[in-house]
Amino acid sequence: MESMTMETYLWTTLGAFLSLCIFSFLYKDNPFYKFAEHLVAGLAAGYFVIILWHNGLKPNLFDYVGDGNFYLLWLDSSHPWYMVPAFLGALMWTRFSRKWSWVSRWPMAIYIGIGVGLSIPLGMRNAVNMQLFSTMRPMAWDNFLGNGYLDPTSGFSHLLIFVGMLAALFYFFFSKEHKGVFNGVAKFGIGILMIGFGATFGFTVMARISLFIQRIQKLGEWSSISWTDGAFTAIWLIVCGSFIAVGIYEFIKYMRNRGQTKAAA
Amino acid sequence: MNLFNRLMFLDRRWIFLLLALVCIITYVIPFEIPVTKTNEVRAIYNYIEALKPGDIIHLGVDYDPSSLAELHPMTYAIAEHAFRKNMKVIFTALSQNGPGMVDQAIRDLTDSMKLDRTYNGVFYKGREIKNGEDYAFLGYKPYPALVIYGMGQNYRIPFPSDYYGTPLDSIPIMKKVKNYDQVKCVVGIIAGNVADMWIVYGQGRYNFKLALGMTGVMGADYYPYLNTGQIFGIMGGLLGAAQYEDLADNQGPAKDGMRVQVFAHILIMIFIVLANIGFFMAKGSLMGKEVR
Repeated sequence: MESMTMETYLWTTLGAFLSLCIFSFLYKDNPFYKFAEHLVAGLAAGYFVIILWHNGLKPNLFDYVGDGNFYLLWLDSSHPWYMVPAFLGALMWTRFSRKWSWVSRWPMAIYIGIGVGLSIPLGMRNAVNMQLFSTMRPMAWDNFLGNGYLDPTSGFSHLLIFVGMLAALFYFFFSKEHKGVFNGVAKFGIGILMIGFGATFGFTVMARISLFIQRIQKLGEWSSISWTDGAFTAIWLIVCGSFIAVGIYEFIKYMRNRGQTKAAA
Repeated sequence: MNLFNRLMFLDRRWIFLLLALVCIITYVIPFEIPVTKTNEVRAIYNYIEALKPGDIIHLGVDYDPSSLAELHPMTYAIAEHAFRKNMKVIFTALSQNGPGMVDQAIRDLTDSMKLDRTYNGVFYKGREIKNGEDYAFLGYKPYPALVIYGMGQNYRIPFPSDYYGTPLDSIPIMKKVKNYDQVKCVVGIIAGNVADMWIVYGQGRYNFKLALGMTGVMGADYYPYLNTGQIFGIMGGLLGAAQYEDLADNQGPAKDGMRVQVFAHILIMIFIVLANIGFFMAKGSLMGKEVR
């Protein structure tokens, strides 16, 4: 085990303590959880402001206009046109005034205009047309079963995608009553959609468990480091002991309440 | 109240407790489980493996600490794979809390790269990786779509200087790089809709080789882009990271977490089956009652 200074250990302990605070929400909402939650929100906001200054405003604006004069709003700098987007950005702050908030619509309109102009052609081509072309590609009859299970280049996959896409669209066609063959196809479409949702659900479960695994790994590391030094062990015992004490207290309270509820019933 | 009704009214905290116990026990007891490698992860590994020393790859670290658990192992595995093969890596962060992620990864990788290691039977002597020569970290910029679009014209438009304030023209590896044409591929490790932006505003506009590593929640949504060839590989969640670690023979936290994942999934499947049995068996007697 690599040696660790007390300073580093205290930071690690703080991380472990906050992890336990967050997990305590699984039992019920409590002040430990609230403290950790507010700390995360505050830290993220503060971090973002500093990052935005050092990575955004400074290198992309003030470094360019820095040779100008502050009292002339940097308009005498070597890059005076950089003040145009800066001015538009500043206008966004008029949102905080009831009287002048309409001014913020101008920079917003320009921003939306640029965004829409960029996104419509590129979005249409890459997120819509490409997917349509992929659905309508020639069927690979000569390679129907493909190489390995669910090979995306196989004819079977092409057929499944084409039929599944049509069936799913049938389900969302509400201008005709879902009866007979139409109903059968729509039901097949629901099945296809359910498989899709099931895959997403499975991935989501995996994702949530992964978050817990990483915390266990970190808590495990913290726990093993804690036994390398007497002072570390003492801190470890205090943190864990506090949580265990609160846990036992809450459990006794829960069992008492349960007994009282049963007696009342 | 019979057993099935009890199942329907079970306090969910017992489920949390059981799941936590299973995860902790399987974490504490070390054993290894095999990881099946999928074609979409293998494609990324094979592509990077086939690159030559000196080639440049762009690693987009576009996630916050909230997704660190799933995505950090991917960043470590790919970056170390590239560094061991003497490739150069350009890091960017398009997520607001991403710079801290890259900073931490670079520090850890600098330590790890000093050690002699053998991966897949090939011995790699430890060496020091240097900022500007082996990697460049360009930092964070807001509005990912515009940044991705801008880098396609010239990296210097959104990033006049790197994260540490050095002008890009003064950084040795960036002297050879103008835009995506000079990088062999972009691997975006992503949480959120930045993945769409890389596809639509990056690959779709400039036609470079793009692979994505993403959180498990996003995984299923991006497979259509794999079939169209817009991306050449996907790593989904911790499993994707574990597969890459296994392919690179560089066991890390993702592979280590797989044994926990397997048993947690088995438990959840048991819960789903039990809940369904309970629901159907107790259906008649539960009318009008609130099920937790």
